[in-house]
Amino acid sequence: MSLIEITEVRKSYGATEVLKGINLDVASGEVIAIIGKSGSGKSTLLRCINGLETINRGSISVAGAQLLDDEVHLKALRLKVGMIFQQFNLFPHQTVGGNVMLSQTVVKKTPKPEAEAIARKMLERVGLAHKFDAYPDELSGGQQQRVAIARALAMQPIALLCDEITSALDPELVSEVLAVVRELAAEGMTLLMVTHEMKFARDVCSRVVFMHQGRVHEVGPPEEVFARPQTPELKQFLGLH
Amino acid sequence: MIEFTLWDILRNLLLATRWTVVLSLVSFLGGGIVGLALLFLRISKRKSLRSLAKYYIELFQGTPLLMQLFIAFFGLGLFGIDVPAWLAAGLALVLWTAAFLGEIWRGCVEAVAKGQWEASASLGMGWLQQMRYVILPQAMKVAVPPTVGFSVQVIKGTALTSIIGFVELSKAGTVVTNATFQPFTVYGLVALIYFALCWPLSKSSQILERKLNVAHRNH
Ligand SMILES: Nc1ncnc2c1ncn2[C@@H]1O[C@H](COP(=O)(O)OP(=O)(O)OP(=O)(O)O)[C@@H](O)[C@H]1O
Ligand SMILES: [Mg+2]
Repeated sequence: MSLIEITEVRKSYGATEVLKGINLDVASGEVIAIIGKSGSGKSTLLRCINGLETINRGSISVAGAQLLDDEVHLKALRLKVGMIFQQFNLFPHQTVGGNVMLSQTVVKKTPKPEAEAIARKMLERVGLAHKFDAYPDELSGGQQQRVAIARALAMQPIALLCDEITSALDPELVSEVLAVVRELAAEGMTLLMVTHEMKFARDVCSRVVFMHQGRVHEVGPPEEVFARPQTPELKQFLGLH
Repeated sequence: MIEFTLWDILRNLLLATRWTVVLSLVSFLGGGIVGLALLFLRISKRKSLRSLAKYYIELFQGTPLLMQLFIAFFGLGLFGIDVPAWLAAGLALVLWTAAFLGEIWRGCVEAVAKGQWEASASLGMGWLQQMRYVILPQAMKVAVPPTVGFSVQVIKGTALTSIIGFVELSKAGTVVTNATFQPFTVYGLVALIYFALCWPLSKSSQILERKLNVAHRNH
């Protein structure tokens, strides 16, 4: 059985349909790259999986838990999937350590010493244990994004959604974040990432999903998709990159 | 005729200043509590609650405070409720202050980046947890300068309650003037006392604002 099952998902904003029947099954441990033009619905799809947007039709389930629009189901789902954003979205009033501990203590009611131990371990994993007491605005963009990853990992999710997590970074900071993601992938974390880093997608991902006008237009292993694009839209898209 | 020394005048005015201060504190604290409730209604997920708070705020911001005082004082009298001046003054000022503070604070909550809501939601926090641990701590920092600044308006607002007969600083000024026939001296002193109350507040509001802008953007 697949870990994430997305079936016939449709999503509209007012009269415009942004997702037009998405089907995608993701197995545990898979690393999926979602590529496509601006406006093709990549972010919307990730946001739907995390319940940040409500879907109009279809169904999404994660590890058997159905996505339903009430707080109990949403919370259960969000404990299973973490999300990393383009803009990091760290809590500016909390230290790095505080950021990684907050949801553990508040949502999971983990006792503070235990939450701190987990926080230190996760920060160690992203190479930032020494920044435990720093505030987010004292860190570089790359460091902030790694803290955001540690914060999501601290909730022990079974999958991570990443929406262009390196797009807001200076070019020289991209690789340190990708290195962390690469390591997560190697450890068997299930990842769905929207990315413009084609080389990374080719090297690390098990499957590439090409989205076009609200549909999954082409999907396959990276060697297939990149070397032998089937549709003119994908050919054109790859030509631009 | 009795001679009044400057000290006699000042002493009487200062005694009345107590009531200005008490009324200001009551209005500000009471208004803060009601204002907080309004804030939560104003940003709640239920549309009916949001509208309710919106109409309340528009009503109190859209009518003069003096009319609100009259209605609290005379209006309730029509229902056979005998309202003493202090009660009408306190009630009207609390409700008026709440409308303004609620609206100021709503602006501060909405100034918190949308990504903060999304990040905390994606970590599994419920609405109340998001408010308590993520949104309000950030909004409160932004809220301090305008809130302190508004307290000046509250103090000045209490002067209007003299019209319904509440004896605070302004009313005392009128009474003392009637006895001394020295309006310029008396009202000059009244103005000075108001200034001594308000100026430190508006000044600290300015300083706080500058500090928050200069200091680390976020903490
Ligand atoms: N909150 C919203 N209200 C209305 N329309 C929206 C909203 N969010 C997204 N859209 C529209 O939905 C479409 C898909 O947006 P989405 O952000 O999913 O695209 P994307 O593939 O992530 O693009 P990009 O590569 O630019 O991030 C766009 O046309 C966008 O204008
Ligand atoms: Mg996007």
